[in-house]
Amino acid sequence: MTRTLLTGNAAAAWGARLARAEYVPAFPITPQTEIIEKLGGWIDAGEMDGRMVTLESEHSMITAAGAAAAAGVRVFSATSSQGLLYGMEMIYTVAGWRAPFVLVNVSRGLATPLTLESDHNDVLAARDSGFLQIHCSTCQEVLDSVLIAYRLAEDARVRLPVIVNLDGFYLSFTREPVAIPDPETARRFLPPPDPERAHFRASRPISQAVAVLGGGPYSYFRYEIHRAAQNALSVYGEVADAFAAAFGRSHGLFESYRTDDAEIVFFMMGSFATKAKAAVDCLRADGWSAGLLRPRLLRPYPDAEIAAALAGTRGVAVVDQNLSIGKGGVLYTELASALAARRDASPVLVSFIGGLGGRDIGAEEFFEMAAVTRKAAQEGRAPEPRLLYTATELREMRKLQSIALRERHQIGEIPPARRASARPEREERP
Amino acid sequence: MTETAFRRMNDLPSTHLLGGGTAMCAGCGGLQAIQEVYDVLGKNTVFVNAAGCMTLLSIYPFTPFRGSWLYTAMASAPAGAQGVRDALDILVEKGRIPPEENVQVVVLTGDGAAYGMGVSATSGAIDRNLDFLYICYDNEGYGNTGQQYSEATPHAARTATSSGPRGYPGYKKDLFSIWAAHRPAYVATVIGAEPLDLARKIETAARVRGPRLILALAPCPTGWDFEPRDTIEIGRLAVRTGVWPLKECVDGQVVHTKVRRPRLPVEEYLKRQGRFEHLFAPERKPEILDEIQARVDAYWQRVE
Repeated sequence: MTRTLLTGNAAAAWGARLARAEYVPAFPITPQTEIIEKLGGWIDAGEMDGRMVTLESEHSMITAAGAAAAAGVRVFSATSSQGLLYGMEMIYTVAGWRAPFVLVNVSRGLATPLTLESDHNDVLAARDSGFLQIHCSTCQEVLDSVLIAYRLAEDARVRLPVIVNLDGFYLSFTREPVAIPDPETARRFLPPPDPERAHFRASRPISQAVAVLGGGPYSYFRYEIHRAAQNALSVYGEVADAFAAAFGRSHGLFESYRTDDAEIVFFMMGSFATKAKAAVDCLRADGWSAGLLRPRLLRPYPDAEIAAALAGTRGVAVVDQNLSIGKGGVLYTELASALAARRDASPVLVSFIGGLGGRDIGAEEFFEMAAVTRKAAQEGRAPEPRLLYTATELREMRKLQSIALRERHQIGEIPPARRASARPEREERP
Repeated sequence: MTETAFRRMNDLPSTHLLGGGTAMCAGCGGLQAIQEVYDVLGKNTVFVNAAGCMTLLSIYPFTPFRGSWLYTAMASAPAGAQGVRDALDILVEKGRIPPEENVQVVVLTGDGAAYGMGVSATSGAIDRNLDFLYICYDNEGYGNTGQQYSEATPHAARTATSSGPRGYPGYKKDLFSIWAAHRPAYVATVIGAEPLDLARKIETAARVRGPRLILALAPCPTGWDFEPRDTIEIGRLAVRTGVWPLKECVDGQVVHTKVRRPRLPVEEYLKRQGRFEHLFAPERKPEILDEIQARVDAYWQRVE
């Protein structure tokens, strides 16, 4: 099969095109914008039979997406970071509508401070919303996951929207060779939307998303959403099998890389997991028994399957590209809860926070994490969670701080007496 | 002017399409307006609602509507209308539903959403020339939460968050002009107490395509502090004192549809409502009353 060089964003757009998305409510935000530009270009050129509407905010964009999906058309949308948070009220709301559509999120760190670069706090903020989540590490996986996501979302046992996540910059703007499926195979894998799902028609009126009185009906409907999300676990298996049969590529609940006999396993998601893979190869070459387990389906969370995959592992280095302020890494917490239910000996979990706001994770840091984790496994005791941050980075940060201080001092904002703790080398005020 | 089916009061429907027994307060001027609107629009509609009093019309498993309903959120009902409208157009275009299954998309919000949180979404929808009808029932405050002041609250009104001796210090936002400045297909003010004027305007709105926006003053017994039986009387006074001008805007031209000469003094309207009681007792506050009267006079001077 020929492969084409595509950015992660272009791969996402190709996924929407091959899924024959009929409606694309849009709003630009870095680093996602290329996706909607691409789709808009295809629609304008008549290469894609869809309708794109730019709304005036992500809140409106997700409302329109949910409303159109509830009305029975196939909807695609994309956002990132602040946009996802701006629309968060509707993320929860449209999931409750049981409106199946696909939203690509291009991960980017959240303010404050403001940044354009990647981490996973944005998409994890949608964790409890009712949207399912698929996390990708390569451009091929982005394209494939969009197709998989539609079939999962539209399945009668699920009927929930799905977020397909890719990392900003690292994946969104990186070109990789991607096999673009042929449209006919894609059509067979993903048939047109069920015409019976066309709601709001004159002869069959429907009241959607009405209020309830009291906790009884509320609990019932909320738990129904939860059950639908849990159904998605087994449905996902069927969909992934069908995808593998149609296209020859397997995308499981998670990716296991050299984990079979591994004593030490890296546990992380997204594009940085490819760095962990390279580190695993180096460690293996050095005689270490290391592997990688990369969750793809984060919601629903495959507790039992992940726990089973880690049976026999002695230490797990959980690398969180997110920070739950006041608690720590989200993947770490979730993995701990998944393993807590098991009676057999669980591996020692070591928590690392790294890659915040696009901060790279170097090969030597993977080796260090492996060493720390192996030591923890030997001692049967995990050390305190660690932030991946080097002395050099801290030194650079101090430099920036001293510049900031000097600037404020020069415009006279800080009187000399107030700077006792900062203590610059010499007084420069006239 | 096109032919109207509503020449006199007798032409108005004698029974209402909207079901009874809803959770609205007795004497709700908003519900009255919606009933009258619904009678003209008919059941081939989907009401896209924003958070407000009328959200409580549809409570599982009941709804007074014969057609469809979609609750969205406080800020984005016009965006919900966009999604539904576009989806229906796509479904008809592709033959997945026959054209006769198509319905009118109607946004229904209170003034809290219309004057504040939802302005951006409304502006966007008009700008995109969305084919929809927007009905705002304006009870001049956040009524559903106990009548705190909103951007629709008139000057000097007492609300739950403006309870001092001078009432609300701000002035009611001119949403009609803000909407009209977008040059939508149709904008009009209405009130349930003038049903013939209302029916004709909804009839006009239903005939044209594009954004059509209706601002209905909704006398609110609980929020404005008057007896439910007085809703219609207070509504009429709002028009006869000139406080609530009935008008419409087509192609940028504003036409007043019911001009009362001479106008009654605004006091006649104000003194009937507990929210303005502090302007009359324990002592009269002539400077505030004069200011309100002067503003109404100035408006009509510009018009006439």
